[in-house]
Amino acid sequence: MARIGVFICHCGENIGRTVDCAAVSAAAAKMPGVVVGVDYKYMCSDPGQQMIRKAIIEQKLTGVVVGACSPRMHERTFRAAAAEAGLNPYLLEMANLREHCSWVHSNQAEATQKAIDLVRVMVAKVRRNRALRPIRVPVEPTALVVGGGIAGIQAALDIAAGGKKVVLVESGPSIGGHMARLSETFPTLDCSQCILTPRMVEAASHPNITLMTYSEVASVEGFVGNFTVTIRRKARYVDPAKCTGCGDCFNKCPIKKIPNEFDAGLGQRRAIYVPFPQAVPNKPVIDAAHCTMLQKGKCGLCAKVCPRGAIDYQDQDRLEKVKVGAVVLATGFQLWDHAAYGEYGGGRLRDVIDGFAFERLASASGPTGGLIKRPSDGKEPQTVVFLQCCGSRDDKVGKKYCSKICCMYTAKHAMLYRHKVYEGRAVVFYMDVRAAGKGYEEFVRRAIEADGAEYVRGRVSRITRRRDGKLVVRGADTLAGRPVTIEADLVVLADAVVPRPGSEKLAQLFGVGYDQDGFYSEAHPKLRPVETAAAGVFLAGACQAPKDIPETVSQASAAAAKVLGLFAKPELEREPVIARVNRTTCAHCRACISACPYGAAKDFDIVDRAGKVLRAVADVNEGLCQGCGTCASVCRSHSVDLDGFTDEQIHAELNAL
Amino acid sequence: MKTLGYFPGCSLEGGGIELDLSVRAIAKAAGVELREIEDWNCCGASAAHSLNHFLAVALPYRVLALAESQGLSEVLAPCAACFSRLKGTYQGGVRIININEFMASLLEAGLAQKLTRRLGLKVAAYYGCLLSRGQDIVTGDDAEDPKGMEAAIRAAGCEALPWNSANECCGGGFSMSKTGSVLDLSQAVLDEARAAGADAIVTGCPMCHSNLDMRQLELVKRRRVPGALPILYLSELLGLAAGLEPAALGLDRHFIESRGLVRGGV
Repeated sequence: MARIGVFICHCGENIGRTVDCAAVSAAAAKMPGVVVGVDYKYMCSDPGQQMIRKAIIEQKLTGVVVGACSPRMHERTFRAAAAEAGLNPYLLEMANLREHCSWVHSNQAEATQKAIDLVRVMVAKVRRNRALRPIRVPVEPTALVVGGGIAGIQAALDIAAGGKKVVLVESGPSIGGHMARLSETFPTLDCSQCILTPRMVEAASHPNITLMTYSEVASVEGFVGNFTVTIRRKARYVDPAKCTGCGDCFNKCPIKKIPNEFDAGLGQRRAIYVPFPQAVPNKPVIDAAHCTMLQKGKCGLCAKVCPRGAIDYQDQDRLEKVKVGAVVLATGFQLWDHAAYGEYGGGRLRDVIDGFAFERLASASGPTGGLIKRPSDGKEPQTVVFLQCCGSRDDKVGKKYCSKICCMYTAKHAMLYRHKVYEGRAVVFYMDVRAAGKGYEEFVRRAIEADGAEYVRGRVSRITRRRDGKLVVRGADTLAGRPVTIEADLVVLADAVVPRPGSEKLAQLFGVGYDQDGFYSEAHPKLRPVETAAAGVFLAGACQAPKDIPETVSQASAAAAKVLGLFAKPELEREPVIARVNRTTCAHCRACISACPYGAAKDFDIVDRAGKVLRAVADVNEGLCQGCGTCASVCRSHSVDLDGFTDEQIHAELNAL
Repeated sequence: MKTLGYFPGCSLEGGGIELDLSVRAIAKAAGVELREIEDWNCCGASAAHSLNHFLAVALPYRVLALAESQGLSEVLAPCAACFSRLKGTYQGGVRIININEFMASLLEAGLAQKLTRRLGLKVAAYYGCLLSRGQDIVTGDDAEDPKGMEAAIRAAGCEALPWNSANECCGGGFSMSKTGSVLDLSQAVLDEARAAGADAIVTGCPMCHSNLDMRQLELVKRRRVPGALPILYLSELLGLAAGLEPAALGLDRHFIESRGLVRGGV
């Protein structure tokens, strides 16, 4: 026999102003199965909660309806109160009398009637509620961090510092990411390598961190707390255990003229190489596509000169499985290819370069040793034009969004150039200067006022190369209202920030969403910015959206905190609102399996004691199920139901209206 | 024989008659029948569309309605301005194509095999504005780096030079009212073509042709350019490559002598 208690909250005046709460509680008291109907000014306050607890105990309530605010606001509060009084928390439901009623209506009589209806609906539901128990899943306290840039390094170090194991996977031969390529960093102009390389070394030597470079995620199984991830360890052709990093191999390699990706193609590397001298691990790999030994079986010089016999031309990709409880995706970004802009030379003008190329020119460890020399003829440019928003904020050719970091790095470029070429002219074309950040606006002002960068507000319409090698840059100065033409020696395009190639495929492996541009989607843009819709998978850095270093590091630490929070207990407790399959009626049509967006619905064999398969049905993995109910809605035989939201409960709610 | 609707417009009966002659000649050589829209009227370019919104819409509409009622589903408008006006209007069931698209379709349909005379010229392909711009009008080409003529130029045994002024302005409709500006702009285009090493500029627009060809006389006379640079229509270039007589293509009507371009003269 149901004994329901109904508690109506005034929410100060929020509900009470529009809804006659006393009338609602009086009406509720007369509903079938209701034994208590009361109202109170603030039901969420301690005296309010005490009323509920007391009634549960004294009236031996079998269910509770709280008519108050949205369940998103206080369902947890009231369920905790019910649990304290010994009632299963899932026997308490909320009727939303605030967001769904008092806030959106003004007529008191009608609002009161609607409130009564809403309460009646929840009373009808709660009579059919079952006691549910939270789901517990064991947690493997090891984290996988995908991406070895500053985001991945920071997340790995923070998790490792928290005493948990980390597997750090990086697709390139070295960790360090884009930050290792930067010359100096805004807004302090400290040397990027000087602040990064110690952390790279720390990550590699930390006892809690297992580094897997030249490796990629091949497949993912399992769910939060219990992922099994297969890592493809790409063939290096160099045994890292034997290699000492002496460099004899790449100093002798005869294949010399391969554009070095690390130097944005401005420098050259060999077929066996380390991407940069400070690489971690400082051990070479062979670029199979360019190695004549691997392509044609001719050469073999590196194997001959290696004093340790570390070269192995027979090396092959290996698959390695790791068991992890949580994942941090930190795959970063790349720059959009400005070849799509025909008016800027369509990628064919050698002296029209991107921001990374300029970073390498300005870097002390770059191909020019930190001297600004233009690619075509190696001359020092006397006029450099910088173009902001190249591909950003342009939904016709490029991307709709603002790439966020370009205003700052362009100011830095102009500043560095003026520091290195005193008589040189730095002209910056901009749409807006977006320098929101600590010390950022001051930095841009410094570039303009102290370092004499000329800022021109307007777009460049065309860049052409004159016979004498000058780049003729034509654009508009929209503040002066006139066209401008600048004869430049070098043009630097601030290309849009876009996700790494392959990031969409990786997202699919982990069940993480991404937007139309390929950036990973967070679970909530404001309140859950480092979580994803996939439980146990977190985000760090520019794979989510364009970010600068401070913001990336902050998010990486936040992701690490989330991972450590997850690992704080040996078992995970999850809301038991999940789908269940009625195995006696399931016809195994597999509609739910193909509909499930989380891969939680799967095949299940019913076996007899001898292990013989009797029949196949569908089953739901408790760890993966997010309780969305898609499977229940596609099931033709009504064999799938959602705990807490069963068909019976929903029908009872509708019938009560 | 394939039949195609044909809208000559005013230019092709006047200043741009070479375009009409050469397009008809090359169509004939390729075995395509051009059926002129009966009772056609002005497309509304230049004066009408900038002065009167009603005329800007009504004039091309009438032409399109006529084409549709005469059963022409595809209409060639060789003049770039006519093409822009007609295609920029609601088209109904009529597809409007420009000279670049027409030449490309002829080559695809077998004209390429008939281009037996390898001209061996270095050519600057000039698109101006109306054969490169209007994102919804000139489709299938990059407005900022147009390439729509290059396949045809190569098919004629010529080299399409990379150069800087392919879609710069020739001065357009200011030919009469601001001749000084037109001279400046056309000179800039001619200078760039010469600097790139061009033997000739190839265009598809009668307005561009008139500004670069007729106004070049003035530039030569004032010694603002070092010499005369022939200006050809794309249809003339392909006509020459197909072995047609220069006079049949209208080459004798240019202000700047261009008949010397064919090896051994004519």
